Amino acid sequence: MIEILWLGRGGQGAFTAAKLLGAAYSAKGGEYFALAFPSFGPERRGAPVRAFTKLDGKPVLDRSETEKADYIVILDETLYSEGLTKSLKNGGKILINSKSRGKYQSGENISVFDGNAIAAELGLPTANTVMLGFLAAASGAVSAEDICLSIDGYMPEKIREKNKAAVLRTEKEAVK
Amino acid sequence: MPKKFLSGDEAFAEGVRLAKPDVISAYPITPQTIVVERLSEMVEDGSLDAEFIHVESEHSALSCAIGASAAGVRAFTATSSQGLLYMAECLTYASGGRFPIVMMNANRSTALPWNIYGDQRDSLSLLDSGWIQAYAENAQESLDLALMSFYIAENEKVSTPFMVNLDGFTVTHTYEEADVPEASAAENFLPPYRTENKLDLESPKNMAFSAGPEHNYIFKYKEHRAMLEAVSVIEEAERKFAEIFGRSYTGLIEEYLTEDADFVIVTLGSIAGLCRETADKLRAAGKKVGVVRIRYMRPFPASQLAAALKNAKAAAVLEKDISFGNEGAVFSEVNSALFRYGTFIPTYNFIGGLGGRNISASDIESIFEAMEKGLSEKINFIGIGGERQ
Repeated sequence: MIEILWLGRGGQGAFTAAKLLGAAYSAKGGEYFALAFPSFGPERRGAPVRAFTKLDGKPVLDRSETEKADYIVILDETLYSEGLTKSLKNGGKILINSKSRGKYQSGENISVFDGNAIAAELGLPTANTVMLGFLAAASGAVSAEDICLSIDGYMPEKIREKNKAAVLRTEKEAVK
Repeated sequence: MPKKFLSGDEAFAEGVRLAKPDVISAYPITPQTIVVERLSEMVEDGSLDAEFIHVESEHSALSCAIGASAAGVRAFTATSSQGLLYMAECLTYASGGRFPIVMMNANRSTALPWNIYGDQRDSLSLLDSGWIQAYAENAQESLDLALMSFYIAENEKVSTPFMVNLDGFTVTHTYEEADVPEASAAENFLPPYRTENKLDLESPKNMAFSAGPEHNYIFKYKEHRAMLEAVSVIEEAERKFAEIFGRSYTGLIEEYLTEDADFVIVTLGSIAGLCRETADKLRAAGKKVGVVRIRYMRPFPASQLAAALKNAKAAAVLEKDISFGNEGAVFSEVNSALFRYGTFIPTYNFIGGLGGRNISASDIESIFEAMEKGLSEKINFIGIGGERQ
C-alpha cells in the first residue's frame, strides 16, 4: 500500500489534492483501489490541516489515519519540521513546496519544488494541484493524464483548465 | 454502471436520489450535513423531484416526515447524535404509526463532553424505539442500503421505519469508489410507494389515535411481529438487488472465516474491514480466527449469531458503545442471543473508539490474542484495560 500524508493550511486544498489522487488512481480500474479522507474535525481557514490518501492493489480496509507514510506532501513550508521524518516509512519521501532549496537538508528523503511559482504563473490561488503533479512524477503512482481525467470529473468546470495546465506543466518541470 | 469516487454521505445521497422520495425534511448536523446539502442541490437542479422542507429542528424534521408519510408518500430525513436524541420523542410516533420513513443517521458521540466524532452510542441508545436499524461498512453499502431500506420498510407486512447508520467520518467523510446505479435499474428494483395507511378523502379513517390498555398491548405485539417479518423481506430485497445490480449482501450478519474459527470478533460498522484484514494476517500465521459483522441490530440476528459462533472456543464483541453501569449494549444483546439458543462459549467485551478515538490493527490483534489466552476480565476498555483495573 502507498500512503500519502498531505499537510497544508485550511483553504490551500490539501484535501482536494488527496481526493483527486484517490479518484485518479481508482479510475484506472481493475486492481486499483483508493481511500481519501481529511483529518476530521472543525475546519478553520489558515489552521494546519492534514489529509490522507491510501492506494493499494486490493480494497483498502484500514480506515484509520496513516502513522507512517510513503510520501508527505507539504503545501505550506512553515509546517515542515525535522521530526516529520519519523512519520515516514523506510525509503519514504517528503515533498516540500518551497522556493528555497538550500533551506532544507538535501537528503535522499527530501525533495523541494517551487509549486507557488507555477501556481502564480497560471493564476492559481494555491499550489495543491501543482504539488499533486509533483507527487505523481515522484511516485509514478498515477500519470499527469490520470490526474487530468480526475480534475475533469471532480473539479468545478471554471477552474479545470488552469489546474490541468498546472499538473501537465509540473510533470515536465519535475523530470528536468 | 458508472463508478464514482464518493464519500459515504455523498453515496447515500445518490441512493436517496435513486429512491425518489416525495418529501425530504431536514436539519443539518455534522457529520450528516453533506447528505442533505447534496439532496437540496439535486432538488434545486431538477435531478430529484421532491419537496425539500427546511425545518427548524430535528424534532420538526421527523414530525414533518411523519406528516408526509401519513399523507401516503415516500419520506426521508437524516440526522446524527444530539439531533437523533432530540427527535427521540417522534421515533415512536413513526414506528407506532407504522410509517415506513427512512432516516440516515451519521453515528456520532453524544454530549457531554461535547464531541463531533464517531461512535455508536447515539443509535444504540434507541434500539427500543421500534425502528429497523442497519449499519453500513463503507460508501457502497451506504448507497445500496439507501435503496434497499425503502424496499424493506415499505413492504406491507413490515410497514416499519428504517434507520441506516453510517459511522461518523470514517464512513460519512471518507472517499472511495462506489457504483452509482442507473435510474432505470433503480426503478426496476424499487416500486412506487402504495399504502392504505394514509389520510384519504375517498376512504377516511382515524389515524394517530389513542388505545387503552386492552388494545394498546395488541398494537405493540403487532409492531414486534412486523419487525420480525422484516427478516424475510430483507432476504427478498437482497435477492432482487443482486439480480438487478449484481451485488450481494448476506442478511442480518456477515460472516468471515467463521466456519472453522476458534476465536471470533463480533462487531458492527466500518471497523469490521480492519478486523477482517487482521484475521487474514493471523490466518497466514496459522491462527484460526474469524469475524462476524452485525449488519442489522433490529431485527436482531439472535439465531444467526448463535449458529455462527456455535463451534467457536470464544468470542469478543468489539463496539463503540457503553451502557454506563453495565457493559456495551451490543455485548448484552449477543450474550442474550447465545444463551437463548444454547451456544455456551466464553465471551468478552471490548469497548473502544468512543468519541472518535482510533482503533488500530494492533488493538484488534490484541483482542484475538486475549481470547486465545483466556482473559479473567469480561469487560475491557481498549487502551485503558479491564474494568476492575
